[in-house]
Amino acid sequence: MSADSANGHVILAQRPGWSGRVSDLFWRRPNLLIVLMLALPVLWLGVVYLGSLLTLLIQSFYSLDDFSGLIIHEFTLKTYAELLRPSNFDIIVRTVVMAALVTFASAIIAFPIAYLAARYLRGKWKALFYLGVMLPLWSSYLVKVYAWKLILAKEGILTWLFGVLHITPVLDAILAVPAIGGNSLSVSYIGTFLVFVYIWLPYMILPTQAALERVPLNLIDASSDLGGRPWQTFRHVILPLALPGIIAGSIFTFSLTLGDYIIPQIVGSSRLFIGQVVYAQQGTAGNIPLAAAFTVVPIVIMGFYLWMAKRQGAFDAL
Amino acid sequence: MTAAVSLRSVSRHFGPVKAMDKVDLEIVPGEFFAMLGPSGSGKTTCLRVIAGFEQPTSGSIAIFGEDATGVPPYRRNVNTVFQDYALFPHFNVIENVAYSLMLRKVPKPERLRQAGEALELVKLSGYGERRPAQLSGGQRQRVALARAIVNRPSVLLLDEPLGALDLKLRENMQEELKSLQRTLGITFIFVTHDQGEALSMADRVAVFSEGRVMQVGSPEEIYTKPNSRFVADFVGSSNVLPPAFVEGVAGVRRWASLRPEAIRVGPPDVGRPCATMVSRIYLGSSTRLMLDLNGTRLHALVPSGPNVPLQGAQVAVEFDASALHLMEGEG
Repeated sequence: MSADSANGHVILAQRPGWSGRVSDLFWRRPNLLIVLMLALPVLWLGVVYLGSLLTLLIQSFYSLDDFSGLIIHEFTLKTYAELLRPSNFDIIVRTVVMAALVTFASAIIAFPIAYLAARYLRGKWKALFYLGVMLPLWSSYLVKVYAWKLILAKEGILTWLFGVLHITPVLDAILAVPAIGGNSLSVSYIGTFLVFVYIWLPYMILPTQAALERVPLNLIDASSDLGGRPWQTFRHVILPLALPGIIAGSIFTFSLTLGDYIIPQIVGSSRLFIGQVVYAQQGTAGNIPLAAAFTVVPIVIMGFYLWMAKRQGAFDAL
Repeated sequence: MTAAVSLRSVSRHFGPVKAMDKVDLEIVPGEFFAMLGPSGSGKTTCLRVIAGFEQPTSGSIAIFGEDATGVPPYRRNVNTVFQDYALFPHFNVIENVAYSLMLRKVPKPERLRQAGEALELVKLSGYGERRPAQLSGGQRQRVALARAIVNRPSVLLLDEPLGALDLKLRENMQEELKSLQRTLGITFIFVTHDQGEALSMADRVAVFSEGRVMQVGSPEEIYTKPNSRFVADFVGSSNVLPPAFVEGVAGVRRWASLRPEAIRVGPPDVGRPCATMVSRIYLGSSTRLMLDLNGTRLHALVPSGPNVPLQGAQVAVEFDASALHLMEGEG
C-alpha cells in the first residue's frame, strides 16, 4: 500500500492564489483570525459606546451659566449639587422606586411562566412559548404603549369590564389611593407601572427560563430524596440556582425602567422620570451638563446594584 | 421476617414502553442486593420506584412492611446515591452532607457534628469547606454517600455507584462499600450493568431483561446455574449451547450453558473432539480462546503461559459433562 493515493505526493500543494496563502496563514496564526473578527465590535464598543460615555461623564462636570445659558467648560461639582435640590431629587427617588417595583413584579410574574416552560414544555409547545414571549417584542413599542393608554383610559375596556362585572367600586377605590391613584388608570402611577411591567416582562422571562433550564433534574430528585418537601426544594435548590437568571433579567427590567422616557410621558401622571428630564434638558432646555449628571445616576445605581448582587452570592451558582 | 423492600407485581409503563413488567421482588433486611441488567432492562426504573421518583402503573410496593405505593420520596426513609452524584453546586461539602438535617431543622451544632461523622465514615474529614466542583470524581462519590447515610436510612439505593470511576478507584470503592454496609447494617440495593461488580459485591443478585426479573439468586447460583439463555449470556461470558449440540454430549435435547473455564484444551488426540483456534485474547493471568468445534463457536478461558495454542492450531477440546448446565424453560 502506498501513501500517494492522489498524485504521488503525501503533502498536498497549497491552493493557488491569495486564498491558499490566507488559509495557511490563518491556520498557522489562529490568533490573527480572532483579532480580525473582534476588531470591529471592539472598535464599536470602545469608540462609539465607551467614548460617548466618557464624553458624557466629562460634560456632567461642567456647568451652565445661569445668566447667559452658555456651558462653562470648567470642572465643578455644581451640577451634581443641583441633583440634590428637592425638585430634582424627587425625580430620582420616583424613578428608582418605580424601577424597583417593576422589577419585583416582573420577577414574580415571570417565574411561574419560566418554570412551566423550562420543566414541562417540549417540542412544538416550547416553540409556541418562545413565540408567545417574543411576539410582543416584534411589534412597535409605541403602538403597544398607545394601546395600553386606550385600555387604561376612563372610557377604555378596563373601566367597561369593571362595570360589566359590577365591581366598579373596586376600581374607584384603587384610583382613590392617594399619590398612586388618579382620575383614571391611564393618568396614574398604577397605569405607568402596569405598562412598564407589560413591556419589560419578556426580558425577565427569557433569562429566568434559561437559568431554570440549566437546573439539573436530578438535583430536584436529590432534594426530594433527602426529605425536601416541594416548597423546601424550591427554596433551597431551585431558587438559588435560578438566581443568576433572575438577576440577569432584573438588570434588564431595572435599567430599562430607569432610562425610559416615553412610557411615563404617554401613560401616567405628568410628574417626571429621569429619562424625561434627560430628554428635556439636553433638548429644549439646552442644559447638557444637567442632562449628563442625570444620566450618571442610573449608571451609578446599576453599578451599585451589581456589586450588591455579587456580594450576596447571586452569581455563585454560575 | 418482614422484607426490607417488597414489590408485588409492579409494572411501570411509559406510553407503549413497559419499563417494568409485573416485577416481584423480596429484599431481605441487611442484605447487599444487586439489580443487574443491560441498559433499558428496567433496573434503574425499579430503583426509582423504590426511591419514590416513579409511581408504579400497577402493583404495590412495601418498605419494611409499610405500604409505600403513592408515597412521595420525601416521606420515605430511603436515600439514594445518584449515578452522577447530584451534589448541590451552591453548597459546600458539609452543607451538602447536612442538607437533610437542615431540612429537618436539626440545630446547627448537632447537624455539623453528624455531618462530620458521616464524612469521617467515608474518609473525607477535612474536606467540609470545599465546593463539589473542587473535588475529584471519587471524592464526590464519597460526599454523595455521606449525604445519603447521614440520616441512617432504612434502605440505601445506589445507582451505578462505581460507573464513573476508573479501575483502581473502583476496586477500592467496592471494598469500602462492602465494609460500610457491614458497619451500618443498612440494606443496600445497587443497580449495575457490570456483572463482575454484581457478583463480587452482592449477597443476592436479580437479573433484569426487558422490564422483567429473569432470575434472583446468590452470585454462585446466578453464575453456575443460569435459568435461561439470557442470564447465561449476560452473566459472565458463558457458552450458550444449542439443543442439537447438547444432545450429542449429554443425550438431552435442551439448551445448556458451559462456563469458559470448564473447557480444557490440549494437543490433538485421536478419539477426542478436535477444534480449530480462531483467535485468542491475552487477559493477563488468563487467556481467552475462541474455538470452532464443527461449526459451534466456543469460548474457553485458560491460564496464560507458553502452552496456549496459537491461532489456527488444531486442539483437542474436553470438558466434564457435569459442567454442562441444562437450562429450564427453554425448549
